[in-house]
Amino acid sequence: MEGFPIISAIIAAPLVAVIILLFLKDEMLWLVRAISVATTSLCLVLSLYMLWAYDKAKGGYQFVERIEWVKSLGISYYVGVDGISIAMIVLTSFVIFTGVFVSWVGVKQRVREHYIFLLLLVAGVFGVFVSLDLLFFYLFYELAVIPMYPLIGIWGSANREYATMKLTLYLSFGAVFALLGILSLYFVAGAQSGVYTFDMLAIGKLSLERSYQIKVFLPLLFGFGVLVPLAPFHSWSPIGHAAAPSAVSMLHAGVLMKLGAYGILRIAMGMLPAGAQFWMPYVAVLCLINIFYGGLVAMSRKDMKFMIGYSSSSHMGYVLLGLATLNYIGVNGAVLLMFAHGIMTALAFSLIGFIYDQAHTRMMYDFSGLAKKLPFVAVAFAIMGFASSGLPGLANFVAELMVFIGAFKDYPFQVVIAVFGIIVTATYMLRCIRDVFFREPQDKWDGLKDATTFVERLPFVILIAVLLVVGFYPSIIVDIINTGVVPLVDKINAVPHG
Amino acid sequence: MDIWALLVIPLIVSVFIALVTRKNEELSSYLSIGAVVIGFLIVLPYLLKLPGDPHMHPIEQAFTWISIKGLKIEMGTLIDPLSIIMLFVVTFVGSLIHIYSKGYMHGDPGYSRFFACLSLFIFSMLGIVLSNNLIMIFVFWELVGLASYLLIGYYFEKPSAADAAKKAFLVNRIGDFGFILGIFVIYYATGTFNFIEVEHHIAAGHVSSGTLTLAALLIFCGAVGKSAQFPLHVWLPDAMEGPTPVSALIHAATMVAAGVYMLARTSFLYAAAPDAMVIVAYIGGFTALMAALIALAQSDIKRIIAFSTLSSLGYMVLAIGVGGTGAGMFYLMTHAFFKALLFLGAGSVIHACHTNEIWEMGQLYPKMKTTAVTFFLGSLAMMGVFPFSGFWSKDEILSATFQSGNYFLFAMGILTAFITAVFISKLVVVTFFGDKKYHGHPHESPKVMTIPLIILSVFAVVAGFAGFPGLEPNFGTFVHTAGAALGEHGAHAEHHFNFMVASLSTIAVLGGILLGWSIYSRKGMKSDVMAERLPFTYKFLENRFYIDHIYDTYFVAWIYNGLAKILNYIEVNIIIIFIINGSAYTVRQIGKGLRLTTTGQLQNYAFVMVGGVLVLMIIFAAIL
Repeated sequence: MEGFPIISAIIAAPLVAVIILLFLKDEMLWLVRAISVATTSLCLVLSLYMLWAYDKAKGGYQFVERIEWVKSLGISYYVGVDGISIAMIVLTSFVIFTGVFVSWVGVKQRVREHYIFLLLLVAGVFGVFVSLDLLFFYLFYELAVIPMYPLIGIWGSANREYATMKLTLYLSFGAVFALLGILSLYFVAGAQSGVYTFDMLAIGKLSLERSYQIKVFLPLLFGFGVLVPLAPFHSWSPIGHAAAPSAVSMLHAGVLMKLGAYGILRIAMGMLPAGAQFWMPYVAVLCLINIFYGGLVAMSRKDMKFMIGYSSSSHMGYVLLGLATLNYIGVNGAVLLMFAHGIMTALAFSLIGFIYDQAHTRMMYDFSGLAKKLPFVAVAFAIMGFASSGLPGLANFVAELMVFIGAFKDYPFQVVIAVFGIIVTATYMLRCIRDVFFREPQDKWDGLKDATTFVERLPFVILIAVLLVVGFYPSIIVDIINTGVVPLVDKINAVPHG
Repeated sequence: MDIWALLVIPLIVSVFIALVTRKNEELSSYLSIGAVVIGFLIVLPYLLKLPGDPHMHPIEQAFTWISIKGLKIEMGTLIDPLSIIMLFVVTFVGSLIHIYSKGYMHGDPGYSRFFACLSLFIFSMLGIVLSNNLIMIFVFWELVGLASYLLIGYYFEKPSAADAAKKAFLVNRIGDFGFILGIFVIYYATGTFNFIEVEHHIAAGHVSSGTLTLAALLIFCGAVGKSAQFPLHVWLPDAMEGPTPVSALIHAATMVAAGVYMLARTSFLYAAAPDAMVIVAYIGGFTALMAALIALAQSDIKRIIAFSTLSSLGYMVLAIGVGGTGAGMFYLMTHAFFKALLFLGAGSVIHACHTNEIWEMGQLYPKMKTTAVTFFLGSLAMMGVFPFSGFWSKDEILSATFQSGNYFLFAMGILTAFITAVFISKLVVVTFFGDKKYHGHPHESPKVMTIPLIILSVFAVVAGFAGFPGLEPNFGTFVHTAGAALGEHGAHAEHHFNFMVASLSTIAVLGGILLGWSIYSRKGMKSDVMAERLPFTYKFLENRFYIDHIYDTYFVAWIYNGLAKILNYIEVNIIIIFIINGSAYTVRQIGKGLRLTTTGQLQNYAFVMVGGVLVLMIIFAAIL
């Protein structure tokens, strides 16, 4: 596959599919779904190929492509992947691939438009993870955020207008701050080196003044932090999950939130090492709000989607804690947790959606004894719950363990709270399993159907398999993440402490 | 190679049953039984070689699990006398209980699921035993927790079973909270997770004593959870919601003893942290006494045995706490035999009577002789009557306690032995003799159930001789070798038969039997006489010192209904409604106000423009 523009292919595949879908008729359901499945499976295959073909010994950015776009402004279409990006690309591919099947089962109206927006969104997400040009990074970032608006607004459930408005406003608000930081980087770096460029690697090589780094780190941290979501700017997220259709919740929690963390990691920490040194200790404190507060709010929620929504913001707190360690173990753990959590929440939302589409309620107290009626869903849900509670054998455990080990030296207090947070997670997850799936079955739910067909089962099976494979054999992905993390951490630690 | 098979076979079987053979119940049960029996056959040669080579060199095999810059985590196996003995206990008792289950669970709708979970348990439990490092033991530690959760909640339609499963998992999580932090403390003090390397670092004096005490106490939290010590003992009695073979295997013989095994595995740490050991000893001693007292006032056959398990676990932890690692492990082994026997016997009785209440049984001896006789032998072992196995192992713990010089704990131990004798006598008398109170026609269980009982009873009777003081090498030699790098605590572990201790405990036990027998063998007793004579004490004990009650009303309610609700209130009302929707509302109102300025009339705009220019001119004039 030498010379094949593999990264461009991954971004282009969904876009090409979008164009084809635009010319199809609404009634061609089968064809619409087939095209969506085909294009996302192509993305999955290509990203797995990258995972396999990436040269770990060499490290750095590989599969690089560069086309000058606006030379005078220093803008170029510049893409490439390192270990961190590959993990995120693989995550995205799995989530969208399974998401297409979940929508197959769940979305019954305006199917074609649904897939168009879904694929647009995913093209944006892929773009963010591979961009090495700041302007393209930002463009793709917006491309990933905008389709959320119609996706939730049209196909969402209760409260969708409020949710989609809030979500879009929040994310645009955050994006403006990120843009501010990006433009500042462009101008200041340009003034310093004489060459104005959006090339992230070129800017990254400059040694910017410490005080400037500290100043500009903040809007970037905040801008991307809103998307993480960093408490107290998190409230768009649970309601966004709750109102969104299943596949969109999957992408939202599984991938979009990771864009924020990725932005912090790649742009803020990657390009402003002194800024990272200065600000990340504060993040290590702030993340406790996510972990503790988010976890306890999740505990008091009765709506399963809200519970998982708050749980997600709680778990993203662990990602932030890992990033804040600024050491190999913690940052590796954070990236792995982004991956693991992405898969796990995708599984959670697909399962809850599966039940909701039939029962039209997500309230835990409405259910009991579903395990008798829906054994397959019950087992899958239990696996998800245990993954979330950090049970060994599933990917999240490894990631959380690494975050804890990495953070323990500098932030023992945070680790104590964070480990306590795992108990909180286990509490609400097990309570949910008990309430919904255990206890005596009720007659009113006799009509519910288990996941029996291939299309229904496939997404659950794939996501569970990923959790198990990474849980049992973490090296399969940790080794690659590590090649991306090491230079980044080295760079931060090479800066003399001010 | 064969050692890895110990782990791989049950795992594969478990997955295979779940995915492939779950419709074929017969095949599922044979696969599961086969997996554990093969495990036993793999372990057997190691066990047989042990007496010839009591100071065997530990065999370690490991592969890298995670390797990134700054962190290397291995998965590996460690074979030494300690793990061999534990492997033997798990696979041997496990095999018998698997076979018994085949009969006991017959006709149950979840037959295959049961055996899949049992195999998952065997996999996880053997993982704990084989672990060569702290992370790996933690991994499998959590996995046995999962297996335990699945099996306690086996009858998940029953709300009580669903609750018990959740409680067990969460209470264990609280213990594991300390455990994992302790692992981190050790890692940052020594730079490794590997048991042998940590031991060397500690022996070389690389770790300060404060750190050691902290690490020892934190790691002990894990054992407090898993081995159900006070104050985290509350999950174990509820765990009896699981099928009886599960109670025998997981909640008596093996998993709950994992805490003790883990303490024995890390005994080098405790030997170097004497302050921590004192706390360990007191927690163990207190749990032993408390549980025995509570057992006095229970009437559910499984619960009585469950509390006696708690008490026995307290004994083992006490042994570790006074430096008697060998004694603790010896008790663990004998306990596995006689307690599994008692549970399986109880299962046989429940199978026949369809009730757990001992006051609805009585006169079962003529109906089910095999069960009664084996149960009787198990009880004698449990009480520690000479020369049954429990006598030898309990005696080792008591003499280790005596030698440590802590006479208070020693007195607690003797008292516990006395109380144990009382309630076990009551159990035996009321269930098998006494007045006939059962309904229907109880009959002896099938052979697939009674044969394991017979085999276990043989071991319950004779296993004590493995620790016979005259034997060389005896049990103490093997386990002592496990911690041989540290000479210091080895001195305690060595067994000294103390005639005074043995006679004291024998007097206590015989006194207890006499008392129990004389009270409960009276004719015409319908319910517990203690409830009438000592109503308040009885109520207090029956309600388990009200500890569960206190937890539920204070801690759980405080977090669930207090803190979580308050934070949710803040989230919904302050953050979302007030701050966020409030600012949106403010913006909207300002917009509404400003909208009035866009009148569409040209003269208004001109007027405002001129006004603006004037203001700017004044500002510029002021600046210039």
